[in-house]
Amino acid sequence: MSAAGVARIHQRLCYVMALWSGFFVMGIELLGGRLLAPNFGSSIYVWGAIISVFMLALSLGYLAGGRWSLQSPSLGRLSLLLLVAALTALPVLPLTGEPLERLAIALPDPRFGSLTAAALLFFVPTFFSGMVSPYCVRLLVDGDGTSGRRAGQLFFVSTFGSAAGTILTSFYLVLWFEVNSILLSLVAISMLLAAAGLLAQRTLR
Amino acid sequence: MNLRSLLRALLLLLTASLGTELAMGQSLMTQVHSERSLYREVLVYEQDGLRCMCFTRQCRIGRQSCIELRNPQRFALNYTRMMLAGTLFTQDDPRRILIIGLGGGSIPTALRTLLPKAQVEVVEIDPAVTKVAKRFFSFNDDAPTHVTEADGRVFVKRAVREGRQYDVILLDAFDHEYIPEHLLTQEFLQEVKSLLAPRGVIVANTFSSSKLYDHESTTYASVFGTFYNLKRENRVIVARLGGLPPYAEIAQRAVQFEAALKPFGADVPSMLKMFATEVDWDTKARVLTDQYSPANLLNH
Repeated sequence: MSAAGVARIHQRLCYVMALWSGFFVMGIELLGGRLLAPNFGSSIYVWGAIISVFMLALSLGYLAGGRWSLQSPSLGRLSLLLLVAALTALPVLPLTGEPLERLAIALPDPRFGSLTAAALLFFVPTFFSGMVSPYCVRLLVDGDGTSGRRAGQLFFVSTFGSAAGTILTSFYLVLWFEVNSILLSLVAISMLLAAAGLLAQRTLR
Repeated sequence: MNLRSLLRALLLLLTASLGTELAMGQSLMTQVHSERSLYREVLVYEQDGLRCMCFTRQCRIGRQSCIELRNPQRFALNYTRMMLAGTLFTQDDPRRILIIGLGGGSIPTALRTLLPKAQVEVVEIDPAVTKVAKRFFSFNDDAPTHVTEADGRVFVKRAVREGRQYDVILLDAFDHEYIPEHLLTQEFLQEVKSLLAPRGVIVANTFSSSKLYDHESTTYASVFGTFYNLKRENRVIVARLGGLPPYAEIAQRAVQFEAALKPFGADVPSMLKMFATEVDWDTKARVLTDQYSPANLLNH
């Protein structure tokens, strides 16, 4: 395959990963509300806590992603980010039972209880998801002149992915599947995409 | 018919319909009060001698609670009668009562008179609702009534841990526009069940229409077995720990309340007629759980 063809495949994968990462984050955020409700209720505080944690994790993730892109950036490393975000979302499943109940007993205040719970469950996977977009920018930008356009396209796909993840999860997925099945499917798709990225990095140079 | 007369007819039709709307608007409701809260706007409207608490402008999506201004004791909404029938006719002299969801407080207010010895614990998430209920619906939270500001699920879990027991638990936390989905799952009902004293009764105000009817029925049946299903525009589910009281037993208790219920405008024979156990739902409908609880999506 020509060098230009390889570059094109790498670029497309980059966009797909940014899109998926946006979907993944919002899917988990919406499920987060359901996972916290049995122990913390569904008051405005709980949603406030969840959204704050996601925003904070994303903002720090952007910083870290930009920073990490300085050292030999590659599609393979981008794939690793997706993989780590997926794997660190897995502990959410065992943590939502007993441990959350104990946390709710220890912190009965509806604001700080749910804030701690949301941070514990969702901060790490969302942080790694946040690293994806700025890292993608580094892989896609090939000169100063096009950087704004590339960044714009990236923001577009990742935010569009977030919108899709929000509406699909809240309007349809929760009507068809159990919360844990949706979460596991999100993780599985992330892992498949990461595997595709790693494979592309290895075989197409 | 030429174009001009057609236009005139259309114009006439338009003004006629506008006219009726205006006329209705005049006899329609007047807003008495509005209270902003963390969750919503709590509105008080008056119309034709009726004062109602609503969460939407002009009460567009249902009324939370109503009283007759001339006779505030009378139950203005049917479901209040149904909830009280479930509370009064199923047990002798219940002493510990838990109500989840306050609204205008017509149930705890009636219970102060009907069961003066009962301790009534009310859980309400929205302090603005409690404030409006006190100011406009003569709700009184002096002992033996007590209000806790909390999410119903969080309160129930805490009460289970503290080993509390109630003779009657009334679930009244749903409104027409939004259902707190974590209060309509098998796990929640199991927690509620574990708060019931032996022979304790649960009385739940739920939905009589939409696809949700089937799901909510199988969910309640999965936790409580057979239940009485009282249906009008609302639906009230009544279940008892250790089996339902037979109809004869209910009728016998009801008679004792006949005189006491009269000032509330509650007619005992018509209340009794509502106690039915007929299974009129799809028994294969998927049970709602913490993992699967799309109650709002099903309620269309």
